[in-house]
Amino acid sequence: MSPETFLRVLGPKAYSVAYAQPSRRPADGRYGENPNRLFKHMQFQVILKPPPADIQKIYLESLVAIGIDLRQHDIKFEEDNWEAPTLNAWGVGWQVMLDGLEITQFTYFQQCGGVDLDPISGEITYGLERIAAFLQDVDSIYDIAWSHDPLVTYRDVRFADELQFSVYNFESADVDKLWQHFRLYEAECQALLTSFNDDFAPRPLHQGEHHDRKHGNLLGEFSHGDDSHSIDRAKDRFPVLPAYDLCLKCSHLFNLLDARGAISVTERVGVIARIRNLAVGVAKAYLAQQAPGQPAEKRT
Amino acid sequence: MPDFLFEAGVEEIPARMIAAAQADLTERTIALLKEARLVASDYKSTSYSTPRRLAVHISGVLDRQADLEEQLNGPSWKVAFKDDQPTAAAVAFAKKAGVEVDRLVKVTTAKGEYVGATVHRPGLPATDVLAAQMPQLLGSIYWPKNMYWRPGKPERFVRPLQWLLALLGDHVVPVEFGGIRAGRQTFGHRILFGDCPVDVSNISSYLAALESAYVLPEVEARRQRIRKALDAETRNVPGARWREDQSLVDTVTHLTEWPTVLLGSFEPEYLRLPEEVLVTVMRDHQKYFAVEDTSGTLAPHFLTVLNTSVDSAGADIIRHGNERVLRARFNDARFFWDTDQKTPLTGRVEMLKSVTFQRELGSYHAKTEANLRIAVALADGLTASGVSVDEAALLTAVRLAKTDLTAELVKEFTELQGIVGGLYARAQGHGEAVAQAIYSQYMPASADGAIPQTAEGQLLGIADRINTIVDMFAIGLEPTGSKDPFALRRAAIGIIKVLADSGLALGLDQIVDIAIGPRQDNATLKARVVSFLEERLAFYLREVRGFAPSIVTAELASQGGNPAQSIKNRVTDAIGFAEDLTAMRGSEDFLAICAAFKRIRNILKQARDKGEAYPDDFVAGALTAPAEIALAGRLEELQTGFGSMVAERRYREALTLIASLRPQVDAFFESVMVMDPDQAVRRNRLALLSSLLNHFSRIADFSELAAT
Repeated sequence: MSPETFLRVLGPKAYSVAYAQPSRRPADGRYGENPNRLFKHMQFQVILKPPPADIQKIYLESLVAIGIDLRQHDIKFEEDNWEAPTLNAWGVGWQVMLDGLEITQFTYFQQCGGVDLDPISGEITYGLERIAAFLQDVDSIYDIAWSHDPLVTYRDVRFADELQFSVYNFESADVDKLWQHFRLYEAECQALLTSFNDDFAPRPLHQGEHHDRKHGNLLGEFSHGDDSHSIDRAKDRFPVLPAYDLCLKCSHLFNLLDARGAISVTERVGVIARIRNLAVGVAKAYLAQQAPGQPAEKRT
Repeated sequence: MPDFLFEAGVEEIPARMIAAAQADLTERTIALLKEARLVASDYKSTSYSTPRRLAVHISGVLDRQADLEEQLNGPSWKVAFKDDQPTAAAVAFAKKAGVEVDRLVKVTTAKGEYVGATVHRPGLPATDVLAAQMPQLLGSIYWPKNMYWRPGKPERFVRPLQWLLALLGDHVVPVEFGGIRAGRQTFGHRILFGDCPVDVSNISSYLAALESAYVLPEVEARRQRIRKALDAETRNVPGARWREDQSLVDTVTHLTEWPTVLLGSFEPEYLRLPEEVLVTVMRDHQKYFAVEDTSGTLAPHFLTVLNTSVDSAGADIIRHGNERVLRARFNDARFFWDTDQKTPLTGRVEMLKSVTFQRELGSYHAKTEANLRIAVALADGLTASGVSVDEAALLTAVRLAKTDLTAELVKEFTELQGIVGGLYARAQGHGEAVAQAIYSQYMPASADGAIPQTAEGQLLGIADRINTIVDMFAIGLEPTGSKDPFALRRAAIGIIKVLADSGLALGLDQIVDIAIGPRQDNATLKARVVSFLEERLAFYLREVRGFAPSIVTAELASQGGNPAQSIKNRVTDAIGFAEDLTAMRGSEDFLAICAAFKRIRNILKQARDKGEAYPDDFVAGALTAPAEIALAGRLEELQTGFGSMVAERRYREALTLIASLRPQVDAFFESVMVMDPDQAVRRNRLALLSSLLNHFSRIADFSELAAT
């Protein structure tokens, strides 16, 4: 999940954002042979925090805006509750069905990174390939016209990716190395979070408490100052955002390992819990960094 | 007398939750009005729902509560009045009751004289009561999953609330919930009517107002409209009918406000895909009804229920869209099917080595090997009982049973696991017995589902499940509390259900022995698994078969002997015995014996608590009282018969035999004092009672059945 969503839904500040993003799901790769299934597809993602009272109406108007005459179609909001166990995030909502085609995932986020959200966010995720294929009335995603004059199709742009990443994800990715990568990223993320907690957790360190302070040097001169101003500056520059990147890398490696069939049903639970720990740690650190009344807010 | 109409407008409520919420709202509203004395005895209630609203209409509501005259009693007269002057206590009571002190009266009761006051409570207008209480009522409607939506999280509901309509007669009741204040407006169909409010000028126009705004709020009317439209559309295909599916009719009824039906078609070439796959795609993924010919064979058509109404141009567009989606789905399925055929099931056995079952337990390949050993031993265990098992087919079925886990089609449609394996086995020429066994291995799907029809399928299902259970227990992954991540409880119920319905002559003890096989440390492992299965058997007898808890407890608490020969070892015996016990509860003699057994149990326990050491067996020659001699004689007399009855599973006779002890037992307790001052006499009597209790408790703990 993009940091623009995962992190921005946290905390009390109103925030709205819309952006296109690729979504990679290794297990969904089909070597470019399946007309409806992709390893990497594009989403248009909208976050409205807090959601306006007429969010459904605005959403429907967005469909009209891209040329869908709702009076000539059948549209339904069917229950679909989104959940991302690796990120300890969930919400309730719908899949929006247009003439039997799921075109949008509509979610009211309730929890993210283990944090109960207040305000909550409305998340609207448009499936761009599906909508494009629908609007262009083509049976295969690969036949979507990406641009005209000269005609460039989705196949021209994306087929090689689908084929080659399917080969890598299913056949040639080295499972041992994937695990090594996983452990490295996990350790790096964990070390950052530990440093953050040691320096900024709202409690004094116990006597003799000691962690592997791999990232202690990041704080530089500020970490030794005892006036609150330098502590706040040190906090602002602490790399919480990179910590989330590292967590995302773990999440992607987990998906790769899963696609390779390298994770058993029982192991799954444990690996998911490890990534969730990171995500929860990042969410907490992000909130602590953003805490209202701190200089980070005042100075902006 | 006015009517009360209340409607809550909500963003689309999940279809599966609507019926229960509608009933909940109605019941709570009626309860509120009754509790508040605001409803006539001949009130009537109607309720409505669509995906976007829940509504209740009650006629026979009172405008206001009747005034109440209430008699309050206060402190004793002596405390309240000293020398006829009111004390502080009297003043305080008068204040609390809301009356002047000079209105206090003397009340004489059996307990003495008290201060009394008659309080006049004027009734409140219904509007006030409803405005005050409806918000809390709305908030307490039960939802399987609900959400917050407003900042500060003041309330939860299934989805954000959009509007409230609350009318008492012609007047708006100012109910406020979720930041919304009730009015007299509702909303019609989002697309067909558009986003403008609909005035409900009076309650009787509610239905008409909604209907003119393209909403049919009566659930039953929508259901009937859908059924008729399904019939009508299907008539476009000569000789066809839609496949009845009540739960799907329910779902689409709760997904629509203004339903219409469209017939669509797909290319007949897809019919070469198995029906299970086609129907799963249509029903589970697309909520389409399948169409079949008079012989029940699928036709290349489907019916989709729309939540709108369109002209023929619109119908063409929507049909085209749905056909496109279905074609894509079928294409996926065909792609997977064709891909899967390139590697036959036999070629997939080896692939199971890289499919992990559980890290410590290894791959599905390893599990298959163990399943083979267990299935063969189970089949061997059945030879004596005359069940014919095609061992060759069983072996092939077990060997191939898990191979569909590597199939793309199963990865796509996980709910078809097993079924796909069976279909592939048939397509690849493994014969009907093999295909059937693989196809049905996961049956029963629930505690009241059907079991596999063939002995091979039954044995495969038992072997696979008991293997999983024993393996998981062996590495300490048994279920604890509410945690059962590997669904072992369901697996155990599956075994019990297959044994119950098939009547296969296999004991739980024997099955566990076979599954444990050559493992180490099998004594504790076995005890843990057997006790787990017995606990599940108790659950099955209680919850699935509906036997009384005391019957089940009595039966399961039987004091062993050889576990392999105990009644609870064979599921069919356990059921038969529970039926016999249930029937025997009608016998007074039997109940009296159960009560006596309970008494004996208590006597023995108290004696042991006092440190009374009595031997296991009594000495017949040392008995003195006639009643105890008679009881011992009768016990002696019954023993042999009882033993053979139990061995031959003639439980009803055995129970009748036990009941026949009543005269001797009654006489014993009437005339014999167990706790005789003479220690030798006392201990011999205790030994007699203990012997009696132990002997018959082998089959059940009868003291559990004593009336309390």
